[in-house]
Amino acid sequence: MKLLRCPINGLRPLSEFIFGGEVRDMPDATACNDAQWADYVFNRQGEPGVRKEWWYHTASGTWFIAERDNLKDEFVRTYLYSRAASPAEAKP
Amino acid sequence: MPYRLLRFALSKKYPEPRMFREPARLKDSYEVVIIGGGGHGLGAAYYLAKDYGITDIAVIEKGYIGGGNTGRNTAIVRSNYLTVEGVKFYDESVRLFEGLSQDLDLNLFYSQRGHFTLAHADSTLRTMRWRAEVNKHLGVNSYVITPEEIHKICPYIDLNCGGGAAIVGALYHPPGSVVRHDAVAWGYAKGADKRGVEIHQKTAVTGIEVKDQRVVGVQTDKGFIKTKRVLSAVAGYTPRITKMVGLRTPLVIQPLQACVTEPLKPWLDHIVVSANLHLYVSQSSRGELVMGASLDPYELHSERSTLDFVEGLADHLLDLFPFLSDIKVNRQWAGMSDMTPDYSPIMGTTPVEGFYLDAGWGTWGFKATPVCGTTMAYTVAKNKNHELIEAFNLDRFKNFSLVGEKGAASVGH
Repeated sequence: MKLLRCPINGLRPLSEFIFGGEVRDMPDATACNDAQWADYVFNRQGEPGVRKEWWYHTASGTWFIAERDNLKDEFVRTYLYSRAASPAEAKP
Repeated sequence: MPYRLLRFALSKKYPEPRMFREPARLKDSYEVVIIGGGGHGLGAAYYLAKDYGITDIAVIEKGYIGGGNTGRNTAIVRSNYLTVEGVKFYDESVRLFEGLSQDLDLNLFYSQRGHFTLAHADSTLRTMRWRAEVNKHLGVNSYVITPEEIHKICPYIDLNCGGGAAIVGALYHPPGSVVRHDAVAWGYAKGADKRGVEIHQKTAVTGIEVKDQRVVGVQTDKGFIKTKRVLSAVAGYTPRITKMVGLRTPLVIQPLQACVTEPLKPWLDHIVVSANLHLYVSQSSRGELVMGASLDPYELHSERSTLDFVEGLADHLLDLFPFLSDIKVNRQWAGMSDMTPDYSPIMGTTPVEGFYLDAGWGTWGFKATPVCGTTMAYTVAKNKNHELIEAFNLDRFKNFSLVGEKGAASVGH
């Protein structure tokens, strides 16, 4: 069974978690143009690599960030969003 | 071995027939380079050669032909989609499939079975009525049937689903078929090869050279190729290729798993799909049950398969067919699905001149193989999107003009 470390509850089976997609910065909706907004809404980094992602521990209702290698299917580290020094640090 | 057999083996007069040649080395340049030797890439090569007389083509395949998603799907062909664009497109594919064995001079075991999409809730039935009306309007044989009618056509289904959510109806699509998927790739390879197309297996593309937003060549691990036209037909590897030309796309990769059981006597004539149970199942001509589920729950670039998948699938299979409890799973595998947000493909021209995309094939690519071949061949030959694929262009994500097909995806919604 694959395990993931919830920053609050420790190692738990992966089936207790939900994948929430990559951590991305939202552009300022009032300042950006349509093309920039469309790029934010639709486009993704699809190629393999180590990504910062949102994960949710369903049993305890905890959202947190996991750094994961999506080619090797390995978690590098996990931490709460508040522990990231700034939103910029959560950027890939 | 008796001499009369041996002399055939030793004689040059009776060589072992091959589907296609294996050229020793790449030429310096080609008119068209197709990346990806699956059904889509080989289909495009075949129709480029056959319909447009373009034969100076190299199909570059990192592995072996048909070894990717062409050989990893559950071989189902249908056209009961939800949008007008989708139905027209997939129906043309069904039409091409029906004549393909003849066209390729190779028996593809195309077998019309009838395709059920089971509904376990009123909301599902509502989407099915919608699909049936769109289908009928466009001349596709597709209609909603009651549980009694399901029982009459396929008496083996437990309509109560073992006490789970009972079946309240189904979308029935008589032309739904299965076909021997690897033969489709081989047939196209054979036809393309016969017309002069070169197929280079075990050759990986490592870069694409672009100058002033125009393709000028392709870098491979076996040397550089000069070309002005490149078609990318690599499904789960698409984001790696689009990165080489600097294109942003909405594609994310998630594995889709499937499995086959040990062979059984023929008992299941139809293709049975349940979105609620995340299951589709048909019986192959060898007697195996071929089954698939929904996507794995997170992004991953891998073709590994998991125990979680077989457990979940077996559980749901028993809801429908309780008598299968002692059947063994023989093989399981996964393919990499390039998912789009609207469940429609990304096809045609791109902002990079001479770079054409046949991508976004997620969980619905195999059934579109022949129509992707014809429409992409048209698009590459004329540098103009074929009318059947205009709606699927990459620019729809710039213009917010999506083609929502999620309601017609077999499972996973």
